[in-house]
Amino acid sequence: MKKKENIFNKTLESFNDSNFKKIFKDPLGLMGFLLILSLILVAIFAPIIAPYSPSDIDISNRLNSPSSNHWFGTDNLGRDVFSRLVYGSRIALTVPILTISFGIILAIILGLIAGYSSERVGNSFLILFDIIKSFPALLFAMTIIALTGSNLFVLIIIIGITRFPAYARLIRAQTLRVKGKEYVIAAKAIGASVFKIMYKHILPNVIGPIFIQAAMDIPVVITFVAALSFLGLGVPPPTPSWGTIIKTGYSFIRIAPWMVIFGGLVLIWATLGFTLFGEALRDNLDPRLNRQR
Amino acid sequence: MIKYILRRLLVTLITVLGAIIILFIIIQFLPGDPATVILGPRATPEIIAEVRAKMWLDRPVYVQLLRFLYNIARGDLGTDVLNYMPVSFLVFNALPHTILLAVSSIFIASFIGIPLGTYAAAYKNSLADKITGLLSISMIAIPSFLAGVLFLLFFSVYLDWFPAMGGGRQGDIISQLWHLILPASSLALGWIGYIARIMRASVLEEMTEDYVRTARSKGLKELKVIFKHVLRGALIPVIAVIGVGFGNLLGGAVITEIIFHRPGLGTLIYNAIQSRNYPIVQGGLIIAVFLYSIINLFADLSYSFIDPRVRND
Repeated sequence: MKKKENIFNKTLESFNDSNFKKIFKDPLGLMGFLLILSLILVAIFAPIIAPYSPSDIDISNRLNSPSSNHWFGTDNLGRDVFSRLVYGSRIALTVPILTISFGIILAIILGLIAGYSSERVGNSFLILFDIIKSFPALLFAMTIIALTGSNLFVLIIIIGITRFPAYARLIRAQTLRVKGKEYVIAAKAIGASVFKIMYKHILPNVIGPIFIQAAMDIPVVITFVAALSFLGLGVPPPTPSWGTIIKTGYSFIRIAPWMVIFGGLVLIWATLGFTLFGEALRDNLDPRLNRQR
Repeated sequence: MIKYILRRLLVTLITVLGAIIILFIIIQFLPGDPATVILGPRATPEIIAEVRAKMWLDRPVYVQLLRFLYNIARGDLGTDVLNYMPVSFLVFNALPHTILLAVSSIFIASFIGIPLGTYAAAYKNSLADKITGLLSISMIAIPSFLAGVLFLLFFSVYLDWFPAMGGGRQGDIISQLWHLILPASSLALGWIGYIARIMRASVLEEMTEDYVRTARSKGLKELKVIFKHVLRGALIPVIAVIGVGFGNLLGGAVITEIIFHRPGLGTLIYNAIQSRNYPIVQGGLIIAVFLYSIINLFADLSYSFIDPRVRND
C-alpha cells in the first residue's frame, strides 16, 4: 500500500531534487547556508560554547573591554557579552520561526477562504489584507506593545499579523489558479466537503511559493525583533537578545563600544546568511518570483 | 485609465477608513483604561470619572467611534494629555522632518546606487561586477537601525566628523544639513544596494533591445551607448521601485530619528509612548497610515502610466 502523504512531503517533492542541489552549487547560496548552519549549531550548543552564564551579574567587572577572560567584553552589569550573544541566538532564531509560522497559518486560513469563495467575498478579504498592510509595521507594533507590555507571546502575534497579508495574497492568487482544475472539480463531483477539498486538494498545490517567501522574510523578522528590542519594546529582559545588547551598547557607546560592534556583527551574520540563502532558494526553485536576473 | 484611478482612489479611501477603525478598536479593547493610564495609579475614582466623561469614554462605543471619525474629518486629532497642545499641530510640525529625512536618503541612495548598478551591468560578470553584487546584498542585509548605530560610533564618536544628535539649529540651514548627513546615509545604505541591483538588471535588459545593437553597430563606444541610450529606459523601473518603497522608508526613518535624537514623527510617537500620551500616539499613527496609503496610491498610479499592464490586475 502506498504510504500516506502529508502536505509537507508533497511540497518537498514538488521542489525538484536537482534544483535543491543547485542552491549549494551557487557560492552565495552555499555561503548563506553555512552562515545559517553555524548559527543553528551555536544556538543548540550554547551551554557548551558560552564560557559564562548569560545572566551572571558581576558588578566589579562592569564595562570591561574585551580581554582573554571576556572575549567580547562585559556589559553594564558585568555580564559576559560573548555568552549573552551566544544565548541570544536562541531567541533570534526561534522568534522569527514562530512568528512566520503563525503568519502562514493565518494566511492559509484566510487566503484559502478568499480564493475559494465568490469574487465579492474574495475582494473584501483583499481589502482587509491591504488595510493591515497599510499600517506602518514598526509604529503599529511599537504602539500595541507599549499598551500591552512586551512579552514574547504578544511579539509573535503582532509581528505575525503584520507579515501575513503578503502570504495570504499569494495563497489567494494560487487558489484562484488551482480551483478550476479538473481534479478539484472531480473532488467536488464525488461529494467531497469544502474543507476536504481545501485541505487535500488545494493546499498542497498552493503552498510551495509560500515557503520561499517565508525564507526571504526570516531576515526581515530578525531585524524587526532586534529593532523592537533596541527600542526596549521587544524581548523583555533579562532574556539575552541581540537587540537588547545593542541597545545597552548604544547607551554606553562612548565608553564601551564593543557591545554595539559585536552585537552588530552577529546580527549582520544572521541577516546576511538568511538573505543569501533565501535569494538562492528563490532563484533556483521558483523562476516566477525571480525578477532580478 | 480614469476608471482605474477612481478604483484605486476608492480602495485607498476604504483602506484608510478601515485602518482608522481598526486602530480605534485596538485601543478600545486593549487592557487599561486611558483615563486611568493618563492619571496614574493614585487618582481618585471621582477624578477618573470626570476625565472619562471629558474624553467621552462613558458613552457607547459606536458614539465614540463616530465622534472620532467626525473629528478626524475636521482635521482634529485630539489634544495631547500632558501639555494640552492640539495633536494635529504637533504631528504636522514633526512631519516635515521625517519627510526630509526620507527624501534625502532616497537621493543619497539613487546618487550612489544608480551609477553602481550601471557600472556593474556595463562590466557584467567581471570581478568588479561580482564585488558590487556582494556589496549590494551586504548593504541590503544590514538593518538600517544598526547602520545608524554603527555610523554614529565611527563617524561621530571615533572620528568626530559629524554631530551625533539633534536636527541642527533652527533656521541655520548649514547646521541642519550637517545634522542630516549621518541619519540620511544610514537610512540610505540598504537602498543603495537595492537600487544598484535593480539598476543592473534593468540596464542588462535594456541592452538586449534592438536600438542598442544599432547604436553599437554605428561604432559607438560601450560607455557612450549606455549613457546616451540605455540609461533613459533603464531608469523607469528604478523610479517605480523608489515610489513603491518610499512608504517603507518612512518606517525605517522612525527608528533612525530615535537613534539620532532628531525631531520627527518617529520621535514624537516614541516619546508619546514612553509618557503614555495616547492621543499623540493615535494621531501620529493615523497620519502615518494616511501618508503611507497616499504614497502607495501615487506609486501605483505612476507605475500604471509606465506599464499599462498593471491596470488589468
